[in-house]
Amino acid sequence: METLGLLGDGMLIALQPINLLLIVIGVTVGLFIGAMPGLGSVNGVAILLPITFLVPPTGAIIFLAAIYYGAMYGGAISSITLGIPGASTAVATTFDGRPLAMQGRASLALVTAAIASFIGGTVANIIFTGFAPLLAGVALSFGPPEIFALMLLAFATFVGLGSDDIPKTIFSICFGLVLGAIGFDQISGAPRLVLFDITGFLQGIGFLVLAIGVYGLGEMIWTIEQTRGDVENTTPRMTAKGMAQDTAESLRRGWRGTTIGSLIGFFVGILPAAGATPASLMSYGVTKMISRRPQDFGRGSVDGVAAPEAANNSASTGSMLPMLTLGIPGSPTTAILLGGMVIWGLTPGPRLFVDQTEFVWGLIGSFYISNVAALIINLAFIPVFIWMLRMPFTILAPVIFVLSIIGGYAATRDMFDIWMILIFGIGAFVLRRMDYPLAPAVLAIVLGPIAEPTLRQSLLLSGGDPMIFLNRPIAAPITIIAISLILLPLVKVFRKKKPA
Amino acid sequence: MSFTKRAVLKLSCAALVAFSPLPALAQDWEPRRPIDFVIMAGPGGGADQIARFIQSVAERYDLTSRPLVPNNQGGGSGAEALLHLNNANDPDHTILVTLNSFFTTPLRQANLGIDIQTFTPVAMMGVDPFVLWVHRDSGITNFDQWLETVRGMNGDYVMGGTGSGQEDSIVIAFLSNAYDLDITYIPYDGGGAVARDLAGQQIMATVNNPAEAKGFYEAGDVVPLLAFSDERLPAFPDIPTIRELGHDFSYANQRAVVGAPGMSDEAAAYYQAVFTQVYESPEWQGYLESESLSPLWMSPEEQRAYWDTQVANHRDLLASLGQ
Amino acid sequence: MRYGEILTAGVLALFSIYLMWKSTELPIGFIEGRGPGGGAWPFWLSAIMLLSCIMVMVRWWRGTSPAAQSDEPFLDGYGWRTLALVGGGLLGFVALIDILSMYGAIAVFLIYYLRFLGRHSWALTLVFAVVAPIALFFFFEGAMRITMPSGWSFTDPVFDILYDIIY
Repeated sequence: METLGLLGDGMLIALQPINLLLIVIGVTVGLFIGAMPGLGSVNGVAILLPITFLVPPTGAIIFLAAIYYGAMYGGAISSITLGIPGASTAVATTFDGRPLAMQGRASLALVTAAIASFIGGTVANIIFTGFAPLLAGVALSFGPPEIFALMLLAFATFVGLGSDDIPKTIFSICFGLVLGAIGFDQISGAPRLVLFDITGFLQGIGFLVLAIGVYGLGEMIWTIEQTRGDVENTTPRMTAKGMAQDTAESLRRGWRGTTIGSLIGFFVGILPAAGATPASLMSYGVTKMISRRPQDFGRGSVDGVAAPEAANNSASTGSMLPMLTLGIPGSPTTAILLGGMVIWGLTPGPRLFVDQTEFVWGLIGSFYISNVAALIINLAFIPVFIWMLRMPFTILAPVIFVLSIIGGYAATRDMFDIWMILIFGIGAFVLRRMDYPLAPAVLAIVLGPIAEPTLRQSLLLSGGDPMIFLNRPIAAPITIIAISLILLPLVKVFRKKKPA
Repeated sequence: MSFTKRAVLKLSCAALVAFSPLPALAQDWEPRRPIDFVIMAGPGGGADQIARFIQSVAERYDLTSRPLVPNNQGGGSGAEALLHLNNANDPDHTILVTLNSFFTTPLRQANLGIDIQTFTPVAMMGVDPFVLWVHRDSGITNFDQWLETVRGMNGDYVMGGTGSGQEDSIVIAFLSNAYDLDITYIPYDGGGAVARDLAGQQIMATVNNPAEAKGFYEAGDVVPLLAFSDERLPAFPDIPTIRELGHDFSYANQRAVVGAPGMSDEAAAYYQAVFTQVYESPEWQGYLESESLSPLWMSPEEQRAYWDTQVANHRDLLASLGQ
Repeated sequence: MRYGEILTAGVLALFSIYLMWKSTELPIGFIEGRGPGGGAWPFWLSAIMLLSCIMVMVRWWRGTSPAAQSDEPFLDGYGWRTLALVGGGLLGFVALIDILSMYGAIAVFLIYYLRFLGRHSWALTLVFAVVAPIALFFFFEGAMRITMPSGWSFTDPVFDILYDIIY
């Protein structure tokens, strides 16, 4: 009851005209920043951090959280309309969002993404409000072995996502993992895999460089080549009636993914270092596993759009939990928000919930309001994106190329990365032509740099004994589930082979 | 496409109007481009927080005619940031917020071809001391008890810190050498993760900066045992320093601003004036106090001399620790 | 048969061997009491990459994969031309960034693509080539405060004016 009272007060704070205005501006700005390939919530929050000096801390954090929310909604837009995941959290959205758009059903995909995001965010908010202090301990109980087990589980859930060509899929996964190892070895501090001794490789290869190269350039050139430059424009004009039908359809066909995404997203989101990307992948994988129509996944399944989108929004709320209850960042964006609190003169940490009631509950209240605002604003802008998709392909293609290059530069501000994007783009075109699936590589480059250090930290903890993954109460069940999931398809393959 | 851009522009321009900085300093040289404000750490770490705090003070007082644009280049223990400055094609608009990796990385990676004396000194904003922390539940309340515990564990005592060869590992390696301890060291990618895993008791002790452990300290989760500063820290007056225990050693992370190699004297003078103002602002002085940083103001010439002594010190330290 | 298949697999196999060799700069074995060395992760993964490539080659040899049975060439004339025109255009675009600045390169690329590949009218081409860089400038530099490469010094006067406008 007391919680509800605090929440009510918090909502009233969020509904004050100035804060409401900040929410609306923040969500809109975030939406566009998220929709721009290369820019994500980190950029938006980091850049607008100093601006927040103009308003009191509560307004400032509400504004930044609104940007964070908006960017999570926006990530789906570039995944669906441009086919480029603008942030690692939106990779899984391309799997089915892009095929839907190619079938002329971009509006269905966009509406599904918006609604799933809204439900994911709201479910997370409710769990957050009810159980935040209780769940705080869970975040702390995840050390390196638990996080590694979780990464293993994330790999396990997308093991079946590759093409039927098993050697090529395995190649792609390993290639992504090796790319992620380029740069410095975190454990020994030594430079590693500085290819051809070019110093540019010291900084490593980021997810965005590979993703923009593969999707922004490689996939685009492939499409131009396949369609002989004559892409049929099937995207219908947007109408109010069409939107209402899409809403109904997205709920009917996407409820399963939305539910799974909302729950998995929140619980993975609250874990340190994991964040929204593994959450969205796992939700996609799990939804596919329990779906009645798994064969639709990757070919335009509504569930396949709903699950990752519900998950990444739910996870972004989840990652606020360790930030507010413990002062621990759950994602790079919340890390910057924590920095903001220091600038505003607050001390992030376990005392924040007790000492800064108005700040904390004002923020929590604003999550609910931001979510509603983001849904409305996102739906209102969908016709604009649809209009964009209706442009002739010979205009859309160069625009995507330009956005890829400029967005790729914006992410790291390094020309080396632009050259790498170009190399990956041409390479991806060739490999795509040769039927090498590339999505596994793009996912592996995100998970690899989390998995390898945690694996080695765990083994340092145990003195080299791999049993550490099986004799800790939280790591053990996760590891066992992950390993069985990985072995399951292999068993099936051998079963199939025997009779033949 | 252009419609959507315009919508963003309108909003962002509205936000910018309120802030367009006015030239605050009457000087001969003024930046004509946004200033590339390179941060030697990824977004969110302790160093990043300080850099953004400095930036926010400069914004608040409109100290620069062009904005400071934060640019996180955290890769390779600072190697990425140093290379970025070394190759800057516009050195008058490129400055860097440094940590001690400024000294250690060129020493450990001689093949990068970086000579820090070519960089331009701008301002020494303060130094961040190191403190030894344990979790409350360990029951350890003083350093002697801690030594006893570590010795009793025969190498199973686990400490965490930032990457090998970086600041935390130097302090911990010094401790193990000085007291002949056998400690298992787990490298993490940032001070925040280290503080978190101490609070969650994944590791048993750390040498975090006070700022990184502050939240958990105030909540009573972690206990300070020993400071690696020259004098006792005002925030922890009861905690002895390692000097008091008879070791001629102190270690702190520098929080300094330097300019790219080849920066013109006029530009250097401009930035020195700007960051002197930041340093003297009540916000920065308040930050130094609340986050337990020690002031260590120096003129540009003194900074160069300081770099020389620090490089020599680190060379000895790294050599004696076998790194 | 598609020689592209075996050629690609061969090149990737060589690349995997290079990665394995490069990984050996750091210890690749299991260090007693400390777990795997710094090179182990990339080394063994590159080894799996090499194995996958060998499997692809074996299947090509035995003709058991669809790619091995296909008669389709890697790229036909149209495909090669597309790759050269689009890929070459992108290469030129990136190469021009350091000379003409990001925005200048965007304008040139858009003119090239819209007018010469897309065969759109000059009017439409020029509208895009002028409006897009300016809009992007105000978005990235004005709103997002991300500085793009500014090219050789002859572009400076233009940027000085633009920066005077936004700051």
